Amino acid sequence: MHPAPSVIFFTVFSGLGFGLLTFLGLGIPDVTGWTAFAFFAIAYLCAVGGLISSTFHLGHPERALKAFTQWRSSWLSREGWCAVIALITMAIYGAGLVFFGQRWGLFGVIGALFSLLTIFTTSMIYTQLKTIPRWNSPLTPAMFLSYGLAGGALLAGQITWAMGLLAISAVIQVLLWAKGDGALAASGSTLATATGLGTEGGVRAFEPPHTGTNYLLREFAYVVGRKHSLKLRIIAIVLMAVIPIVLLAAPFSHWVALLAVVSYVGGALASRWLFFAEAEHVVGLYYGKR
Amino acid sequence: MTTLPQSTTRKLGLVIDLDTCVGCHACVISCKGWNTENYGAPLSDTDAYGSDPSGTFLNRVHSFEVKPPVLKDQPAPEAQLIHFPKSCLHCEDAPCVTVCPTGASYKRVEDGIVLVNESDCIGCGLCAWACPYGAREMDQVEKVMKKCTLCVDRIYNENLPEEDREPACVRTCPAGARHFGDFADPDSNVSKLSAERGGMDLMPEQGTKPVNKYLPPRPKDTLSEGAGDIDILAPYLEPVAQEASGFLGWLDKTLEKL
Ligand code: SF4
Ligand code: SF4
Ligand code: SF4
Repeated sequence: MHPAPSVIFFTVFSGLGFGLLTFLGLGIPDVTGWTAFAFFAIAYLCAVGGLISSTFHLGHPERALKAFTQWRSSWLSREGWCAVIALITMAIYGAGLVFFGQRWGLFGVIGALFSLLTIFTTSMIYTQLKTIPRWNSPLTPAMFLSYGLAGGALLAGQITWAMGLLAISAVIQVLLWAKGDGALAASGSTLATATGLGTEGGVRAFEPPHTGTNYLLREFAYVVGRKHSLKLRIIAIVLMAVIPIVLLAAPFSHWVALLAVVSYVGGALASRWLFFAEAEHVVGLYYGKR
Repeated sequence: MTTLPQSTTRKLGLVIDLDTCVGCHACVISCKGWNTENYGAPLSDTDAYGSDPSGTFLNRVHSFEVKPPVLKDQPAPEAQLIHFPKSCLHCEDAPCVTVCPTGASYKRVEDGIVLVNESDCIGCGLCAWACPYGAREMDQVEKVMKKCTLCVDRIYNENLPEEDREPACVRTCPAGARHFGDFADPDSNVSKLSAERGGMDLMPEQGTKPVNKYLPPRPKDTLSEGAGDIDILAPYLEPVAQEASGFLGWLDKTLEKL
């Protein structure tokens, strides 16, 4: 799959933002006034910035409101609803904390729930696709949720939570890679089933339908950089989990925490790039590519 | 609505005969022509005369090499070249429809045709991700999703002469490799053809339940079939000169000696 920067940026930062909102909604850390304002500002910057970036890959962003209509069937539509509900309830909850020094707990809990649901629905957009066997696994939502919560805990300054969640994210990530590498083969889709012609090995792509490239090849048969995947995987895990955990284990200072966040974001971006670049779409079979 | 209909009154679709398709790409061109001049946004080409040409097509023809399995009486089977036209299969369980956030993609209850309402499409591309067959392409100029309409603007079009009320690709095919009809009717031309010739689904494991069916190629004729039947003209075709003579003969001998 083509790793579109807008979508990579969107999934990483909105995950981070909604992860932080989940913690804030549950009153972790218990802040009011200007401190609360700072926390909420960071959360909204990440969450809303991510959402805005996601509209950059739309052909017609001016019609984006139509995407709210199909929540009964479409995960993308559900994601839109969850994000809006989470942002509105958390805005009310945040206003209470910042301006009135009040904790309206019910709003916080509902906001936290919908923040989590936003991360989950985002992940389901990818998980639901049987055409991309690497994503079509319960490990995909587990990965998105653990990344979002780990990043949220990091931004919320919750050292113990962050260390635990980062370690869990790393484990889930490694499992997802391990399972993903065999997913296309396990899916049972081959050039033989795609064409109905003979047995596997007996059929071979001879000539593509077009001499130039096309939308399908650009979007689905992205292979650039796959040969570096092992190196990138190591870089992603080290940046995303190992360095932040080591930094958090050191005596706390704001600079060290900031460094941990920067390292985490770098690792998460690398991992998300791989998530797309390594994903094989079954349509590649028709072209003898994967 | 992007929830799928429970069932459709008719199931219009195509039978594509892999045995007769000669790979001429006429259906590709007629499809592009009809759908650029008629319903919806035209199918754009970008850099058509430059170094990186690319364009939107609703129907494409792949070519595959098939080596039949080795058998006892046929240890080295001949490879076959199979031309493979591919357009939307108008799936009963179309994943491209249910993923659509806007309701732009839908499956019609009356005839099962899967369509895109272009004025509702936000160009998110998710439906193309969900289609296993590469049947949907985002137009690079209009930024909306394009797909085969089963020529919905021909098949019901009373302004066209009767014989033209079928998809452009079917009407054009010089080999008669594409057939159009209603699969819900067991007595239709397409249902009968598919039953007789073992019409098959593409990627059945994806669970899309395609309406379009593909007829498998028949095995290639082989020379060894029948009792030593070499053509009756064979004696006349016996090679006359086994040895080269004249200048070539001299050259051959001289080179031999060196
Ligand atoms: S072939 Fe693809 S685009 Fe057509 S109905 Fe099936 S899934 Fe949808
Ligand atoms: S590209 Fe258009 S038709 Fe396809 S899922 Fe998105 S909004 Fe629906
Ligand atoms: S039915 Fe019409 S739109 Fe579909 S492939 Fe044939 S010519 Fe193209």
